[in-house]
Amino acid sequence: MGGGPEGGDTAPSRAVIAYALRRLIGFAVTLLVAALVIFVLLDLLPGDPAQFILGINATPASVAQLRLQMGLDAPAYQRFLGWLGGMLQGDFGMSYTQRAPVAQLIWDRLGVTLPLAVFAMVISMVVGLPLGLLAARRRGKAIDTTIMVLAQTGVAIPNFWFGMLLVLVFAVGLRWLPPGGFTPWIEDSGLALRGLLLPSLALALPQASILARVMRTALVDVAGQDFIRTARAKGLTMDEALWRHGVRNALLPVLTILGLQFAYLVAGTIVVENVFYLPGLGKLIYTAILERDLILVRGATIILILAVTSTMLLTDIAYALVDPRLREGAQR
Amino acid sequence: MSLLEVKDLVVRFGDAVAVDGISLTLQPGERLGIIGESGSGKTLTALAITDLLPEGASRSGTILLDGAPMPTSERAMARLRGQRIGMVFQEPMTALNPLMRINDQIAEAIELNSQHVSAQLDTPQLLTEVGLEQKHGDRYAHQLSGGQRQRAMIAMALASQPDLLIADEPTSALDLITQRLVLALIADICARRRMALLFISHDLKAVAQVCTRVAVMHSGRIVETGSVEQVLRAPQQDYTRRLVSASRFAPAATELRPLGETLLQVKGVTRDYHRRNALFWPIAPLRPVNDVSLSIASGEVVALVGPSGCGKTTLAKVIVGLDSASAGSIAFAGQSYRGRDLPKALRRDISLVFQDPFSSFDPRMSIGASLSEPLHLEPALDRALTPARLAEAVSAVGLDPAMLDRYPHEFSGGQRQRLAIARALVTRPRLLVLDEPVSALDVSVRGEVLELLARLQAQFGLTYLIISHDLDMVAAMADRVLVMEAGRIVEQGRPGEIFAHPLHRLTQELVAARLPELDAPSDPDATPAG
Repeated sequence: MGGGPEGGDTAPSRAVIAYALRRLIGFAVTLLVAALVIFVLLDLLPGDPAQFILGINATPASVAQLRLQMGLDAPAYQRFLGWLGGMLQGDFGMSYTQRAPVAQLIWDRLGVTLPLAVFAMVISMVVGLPLGLLAARRRGKAIDTTIMVLAQTGVAIPNFWFGMLLVLVFAVGLRWLPPGGFTPWIEDSGLALRGLLLPSLALALPQASILARVMRTALVDVAGQDFIRTARAKGLTMDEALWRHGVRNALLPVLTILGLQFAYLVAGTIVVENVFYLPGLGKLIYTAILERDLILVRGATIILILAVTSTMLLTDIAYALVDPRLREGAQR
Repeated sequence: MSLLEVKDLVVRFGDAVAVDGISLTLQPGERLGIIGESGSGKTLTALAITDLLPEGASRSGTILLDGAPMPTSERAMARLRGQRIGMVFQEPMTALNPLMRINDQIAEAIELNSQHVSAQLDTPQLLTEVGLEQKHGDRYAHQLSGGQRQRAMIAMALASQPDLLIADEPTSALDLITQRLVLALIADICARRRMALLFISHDLKAVAQVCTRVAVMHSGRIVETGSVEQVLRAPQQDYTRRLVSASRFAPAATELRPLGETLLQVKGVTRDYHRRNALFWPIAPLRPVNDVSLSIASGEVVALVGPSGCGKTTLAKVIVGLDSASAGSIAFAGQSYRGRDLPKALRRDISLVFQDPFSSFDPRMSIGASLSEPLHLEPALDRALTPARLAEAVSAVGLDPAMLDRYPHEFSGGQRQRLAIARALVTRPRLLVLDEPVSALDVSVRGEVLELLARLQAQFGLTYLIISHDLDMVAAMADRVLVMEAGRIVEQGRPGEIFAHPLHRLTQELVAARLPELDAPSDPDATPAG
């Protein structure tokens, strides 16, 4: 305290832009470091990638041919820069096993995985946040206990098992929704949506449970703060004060969790896509790892990292939009 | 008819009685002060009247507003509270919503009570009334100073044009000059609007300044009540007498203490905090301490005074080796250092006592363990001698060495500050740096702690550097005063002279902001000079 009151003419939009700019630089640096780590792990560590891809039984001649094809003779820094430069132009290399451009393969699968992750995120927010709010406002009552027990269970249930349960009930039993597989969006978007519904639910369950718990804790914490008392002194009831002043303050910790959750969601798609036979990015990576397609693994990994870091960036910016204090002393 | 009538109010937490059957009345336009120390139940009384008690508290008794009982439904009570009672709390930083602009928070209070009053107020009017500029309304709480935040709180409380303003320690988080201005503002507004005031404070002088009637609370009961004149100038009850005498500091000894050689010399110390803009480009540094030079003789008591944010704590941190100077140097007993490089052998000679004895002890460590920590600065010390050294330090501050096995929460505020002083003494230092040593303590124990400090100083020939914004305390303790503003020392001299004939503008302001002594003649209806 003490410092800063002479903050002067604060144009919040300008402050937000400056803050976003700082985060953007951090974002670019993160991506670069991630690319370097992936490159070192997959290309430079002991062991010949070509030998690895072809397996132990490959002839020396075919290994040599693949090395030439992959450009493995060039010095490491040239290969790294070449890979980076290619990616910037949208060229992620050719998949060795699928005989197709990696970019094309990933792009096709993103049409499944991205909606899946976003749906799961939306469901978890729509279900988790109101439940957390309700539990906090009825703290200590039966409804609070019920919600918290459900949330505890939701965190503990593995999503592949919950996915199979959903299939048993809604696909096999009630026959409301398809048990798995995916109809491309252009063919029948309604059917595509129905195909993603159960997997999204399976993915969303633990996230919704976590969000409900975080929201409850945050709101209970905020309810004890002085400014809620001030709001009540102004003439608001406890519920009104929480709604007008509490929720926005409670959203700050929730935002942090949301950013982290997206990473778990993306990782979760690998399992869930396999349970529901969805042709998504997760399934692509899973197959690529099994088939030792290093180029494909490399490209898909960097796309996953891009997705996760972009979410983090968006969370950070959302943070600054909600909290004016962050826009200034954001150096730390 | 009375505006507010409270009869047999009891507040309980489970079996514990916090407010024990108090009764009071307040006439329209009357200003009543409730005086009490921490834990006396004064704040709970205010919260009980407005039905804002914390969870777990229950109340009984009658509360009548204009002769009618308070409504029982939460919603009706909330609306009544909004319309008839304005509230101002102690810590304006946490009492304001950090995510909402001041304008919006004031507008909400206006909107909530729009049906109640005939003549609507608008936000610009309210800002002007409390002495804020229009641009302050566009800011968030963290972009305002402490005094501006408290003014914003007052503007919010006034929005519904209430008949009663409840102010709970509204100035105790503010520095001297700001405190005086905010007190004047509250008195002024109450007079102008003929609004009744319930003013809760531990500061007798502040109450004398704004109130006409006063009630003294002690462990949940009102022990004495009457006009300010009666109660504070001719107290009848023992407890009130003790409070009144404790709020006066005995004047310092007039004869000069014999001084030794120069112990501490600060030579041109500057502290810069480097800052960068959005694109990581360096911009002008923040300079809390700017080319400060001073020297303290062995056995001398020097006070450093100044408003909050003037750099006094930063300077102290550099001197004790918790921070480093960007330029300049310090010499202690002839050895030169810049701050963090303070040699270990010298560290034991300089001790620091913090302001808040509640947060300066590790709650999970016994007092003995906390007190013995500084002894690692004396590697040569035989471990077997540690208990003797601890006992020596604890006895020196007037406590029983048997207390060493206990934990911080078992002690009162005054005892904890004694223990903090014992911790500072355990290495047998030569210089003690005391950062606001009594401002977190209740009035009745402040005197004891200051007496203790004076006794220790005489007994061990200690040298003190006292950091404070309390001029009365400084006048009672110090041989010499340094006045600091914006990182520089602007005036210095003996307290008697400097406070009687201040030369620098800041010193003049500080002296003018001092609240009058209780026995000084004053007219409570007059607006205090700002």
